[in-house]
Amino acid sequence: MSDSKAIFLKDATVNAADGDQRAFIRKALGGYYVNRDLQKARYRDWERARDAASLAKWSAVNDLANVLEKFTANFERNGGVVHWARDAAEARAIILKIAKDADAKAIVKSKCMTSEEIHLNEALEKAGYGVVESDLGEFIQQLRGEAPYHFVFPCMHVKREAISELFTKHLGTAPTDSPEELTMIARRHLRQLYVDADIGITGANFLVAETGQISITENEGNARLTAALPRIHIALSGIEKVVSHLDDLSVLLPMLATAGAGQPMTCYNTLYSGPRKKGECDGPEEFHLVLLDNARTRLLADPEQRDALHCIRCGACLNVCPIFKNIGGLAYGTTYQGPIGSVITPHLRGLKQWNHLSGASSLCGACTDACPVRIDLHHHLLHNRRNAAKESPTLFDRVFHHGFNFVIKRPWLFATGGRIFRATLPLLQKLPLPYMGAWMKTRDLPKAPASSFRDQWKNDHA
Amino acid sequence: MRISLFVPCFVDQLTPHVGLATAKVLKRLGHEVEFRSAQTCCGQPSFNSGQWEVAREAAIRALGVFRGADVVVGPSGSCVAMMRNFYPELLKGTPHAAEADDLASRTFEFSEFLVKKLGVTDVGAKFAKKVTYHDGCHALRELRLKEEPRQLLRAVKGLELIESEEGETCCGFGGLFSAKFPMISTAMVQVKGGALARTGADYVVSSDPSCLLQIGGWLSREGKPILPLHIAEVLANDA
Amino acid sequence: MPDARSDIFARIREALKVKAPKPHLKGEPAAGKTSAVAKPWLPEGGETADASLSILAEQLAKLKAVLIRVPDHAAAAKAVADLSSSKGWKKVAYHGHPLTRPIAAALTCETWEADASFDKQKLEGCDAGLTTCEAIVAQLGAILVSSASSGGRALSILPHVHVVVAEASQVVPDLGSSLALVQARHGKDMPSMLSFITGPSRTGDIERILVLGAHGPKELYLVLVG
Repeated sequence: MSDSKAIFLKDATVNAADGDQRAFIRKALGGYYVNRDLQKARYRDWERARDAASLAKWSAVNDLANVLEKFTANFERNGGVVHWARDAAEARAIILKIAKDADAKAIVKSKCMTSEEIHLNEALEKAGYGVVESDLGEFIQQLRGEAPYHFVFPCMHVKREAISELFTKHLGTAPTDSPEELTMIARRHLRQLYVDADIGITGANFLVAETGQISITENEGNARLTAALPRIHIALSGIEKVVSHLDDLSVLLPMLATAGAGQPMTCYNTLYSGPRKKGECDGPEEFHLVLLDNARTRLLADPEQRDALHCIRCGACLNVCPIFKNIGGLAYGTTYQGPIGSVITPHLRGLKQWNHLSGASSLCGACTDACPVRIDLHHHLLHNRRNAAKESPTLFDRVFHHGFNFVIKRPWLFATGGRIFRATLPLLQKLPLPYMGAWMKTRDLPKAPASSFRDQWKNDHA
Repeated sequence: MRISLFVPCFVDQLTPHVGLATAKVLKRLGHEVEFRSAQTCCGQPSFNSGQWEVAREAAIRALGVFRGADVVVGPSGSCVAMMRNFYPELLKGTPHAAEADDLASRTFEFSEFLVKKLGVTDVGAKFAKKVTYHDGCHALRELRLKEEPRQLLRAVKGLELIESEEGETCCGFGGLFSAKFPMISTAMVQVKGGALARTGADYVVSSDPSCLLQIGGWLSREGKPILPLHIAEVLANDA
Repeated sequence: MPDARSDIFARIREALKVKAPKPHLKGEPAAGKTSAVAKPWLPEGGETADASLSILAEQLAKLKAVLIRVPDHAAAAKAVADLSSSKGWKKVAYHGHPLTRPIAAALTCETWEADASFDKQKLEGCDAGLTTCEAIVAQLGAILVSSASSGGRALSILPHVHVVVAEASQVVPDLGSSLALVQARHGKDMPSMLSFITGPSRTGDIERILVLGAHGPKELYLVLVG
């Protein structure tokens, strides 16, 4: 068993037994479902919109080299600097060098999952820079010293009392149980940090090839401030975020907000085409974009699951996932939680170590229905299972399935085996058998009937 | 119409009354029903475990079993989805591809068959009880069946249909998942089973016997006063 | 060793040698290459100017943004002056523009043309920022500002209140029209920042409970003239 699987099983077991925490998460998502449905109802045809969104991403991803070339040419023409990183280490080195060359001291960041993926904060802090996460949820998680719980709602698992205690401890503020007051504490604390920072680091939700702009989606305004006040703006993005046309955003931006947060649009959707232009009164002097591969091309090379690169990181699949809701985001041990994380992590970080996430699913398919860009999520979990079984089959699976196959190939043996199974079921239930014992721990099996369907049918139709 | 029954392996062994009820309803509607005893398991447990080679063998065997049948009807959204959606995927690019597509086009889930193929919603059943309906995920999302079973239930004399919270939420069965990840599966059935029990219904009805195994097993363990019942059993009841 | 860029492009070209099938679509292929392509499946933006205005009003109300409709520029100035005195603003920063200057001139509190002598520390101390915009999207209740139309990047985000003054003719039905409009207006010389503002700043990060004014403005006013 891989280490990551052992940790997963341990954490999932603890969390799945925590009824209070699970109820808290379900309650927190209650408002989302209502708003999402209200907003979806405003679409004259949500399914057609999904078609358009998936086609926009499909076209770009399947012509990635050309679209990226066009994007970077336009981005550079607008005055930005493009950096290429094959992996996390290269991306960190690039950003550290920009910071060093700029003689920076303080860095403010807006929410960026790609920076979590490359463990950027640790690297910057180790090099002596002060780094502050400005998104409220990320700020709270940074103070807690914990990874994001959900890649859109980073601290949705933390109760207000815990946040109040955290702020009292780190910021010296008076305790409060009001989410509004807690938000205002963070607002006041962070304001001066934006003004003082030398570098602002953001992610990017879309890269627009046609115009060379990057698009950032947010609600709080922290990304706007991060890209407005510091003298250097660094954006970090995966190479798959590119779309061909500016007009693609007229579909993708509203759908991202509706699917992910139940909003018509998020509060701020901002396009940046470069550093401060001549005649503009503010904005950064330098604009750097770090484009990251980090095994995305490995996923690209799998045509069956290539559509996982269409992901716009809305989080809709997490919000509807019964696994996510019952084990929580931290148990995954991945940068990207939930169904999309279970699909892509084996590609990004190794199938053998991460296939258990594909196994830990009832394959209910709620994720696939929720996905605004029609990623075939739950079938990809099946594909990962198949690939893993081929690559490194477990002993149980080999013995069990080949044994089972031996039986079901022979209807007489199946019937006989069934007869024995039914006759011994009361005894079997008392034995500490693997799997069956686990099942029986919380659930009863029906009383075994005296005769099977096939026997009864035979008698009735003799 | 001559209908070939597709009886899931665990229905055959553990809940044969579901298969018998299915046949009873179809016969009552005037159809000829056959059961081909060479059938065993559709291969879904192996397919879901990634053992596609094994599953492929099961699929090819099933093609042989049902060769020549006009229509194949099964009382399980999950097992029918295996034949309808996943056999073609498993056998794509093999010499069996065309036959897999053909079988897929002739295979129906029980409630789907009644409503969409036969155009029947009132099968003359009586059942003076309060019931709530559980959508199995395969029926709901692989076969896109939502209204069909409800149309059938609404036409049953005396039956009161109550919708539950967590209506489209998975019960947590997922085949071997429920034994390999029992803690997650149990948490899921707590959510689902709890919502079903809160409806105050006498029965939770589903077109998926595997979901009923999971939900019923948990309800029984928790001593909840609501019983699992397959939709075929409701529709077979005419007394 | 090849540089990272060539390496990544080589990996992409190699990966794409095997084609992926087009996604299964429910309807006709629908992604618009140009903004002229209608998207009759997105939320409605209104077929007529009146319809658009009524959708806009409804959307803004849901977003908790305040729409103030006035018949002319004098009324706009009076509306902002009333707002300022009722809220007790002490310092208002504004973007220097023919639409905003008369409004700023009519205010009794301290005013400052922020883009003429930008100072971020000073801007942080302002109660409100007054700007124009590029367009207003009825479909979503979104106001499109830019570094050109709104006094740079910070003026529309740093002060605690944002007031936008616009002509009713700036309302366009949908997002696609607004993108087409800025492309036609600026061509390849886009402002370095274009931002759709859809309601006052907000967060739901604490227990998914909505709080306005996370980092950006807590209040958003759209003064629509005509």
